[in-house]
Amino acid sequence: MDKIPILKIGHFLMVAIQVDLYDRLALGLESDLVQAVSKTGAKGVLIDISSVSIVDSFMGRILGNIAGMSKILDAETVIVGMQPAVAITLVELGLPLKGVQTALNVEKGMELLQKKIQITEEEEIEDDSTLQ
Amino acid sequence: MIVLSSDNMRIAKELDMVVFRNRLKEFAVKIGMSLVNQTKLITAASELSRNMLRYAGGGAVLIEIVNGQRQNGVRVTFSDTGPGIPDIDKAMKDGFSTGKSLGLGLPGARRLVNDFDIKSTVGKGTTITITKWKNG
Repeated sequence: MDKIPILKIGHFLMVAIQVDLYDRLALGLESDLVQAVSKTGAKGVLIDISSVSIVDSFMGRILGNIAGMSKILDAETVIVGMQPAVAITLVELGLPLKGVQTALNVEKGMELLQKKIQITEEEEIEDDSTLQ
Repeated sequence: MIVLSSDNMRIAKELDMVVFRNRLKEFAVKIGMSLVNQTKLITAASELSRNMLRYAGGGAVLIEIVNGQRQNGVRVTFSDTGPGIPDIDKAMKDGFSTGKSLGLGLPGARRLVNDFDIKSTVGKGTTITITKWKNG
């Protein structure tokens, strides 16, 4: 069975979807990613969908699920590279992907993740100092 | 409406959906449909073929290039012999689902195409026809 590779880069996990997604492949990615977040303790997940030409309600839901599940495991998810035609279609379909962070490209997505993680780390430091 | 060319396919398993989407893309490209319209058409077709697979265990699709309204378009007909839809009005509403989905499939697909026609008989099956015009 096909599998989408998950790469670990520093504190982040990165996935580039470069094949036509079908339902079982998307479900496999969902469970693989969530397990990888738990196993590696990654702080961020970056999903590049720049080569994906179709996102329908099922795949949209999977992307939302991944973001939600990762959040519970203390990792932020950013989806990058959505094609304009896909964005137009998703909104008209009625699935605006609320609660899913997006960025225009991998570079901007990485910046966004780094910023988010810095903020949470600073908060933790502040919390520690108030305890002392 | 004049039919210029057509192709028949069966949707019996998930991977057929991928083949079907690619075939549909070829038809849309052939008539010079814009990328946004192509994406809308294929997304709508993806929703409807999944419905057919999930609720009726599969079915047949017919892809046609049609000419009408002074332009070409792609018409897709989904027919299955599944359980049928008892209340079409309800099924066409956002957020209604008898399965575990978001209930966006039918109403969402209708929003993405120019013409949407649904006929369903309980116990006999469902036929849905969608048309997307080149510049629609």
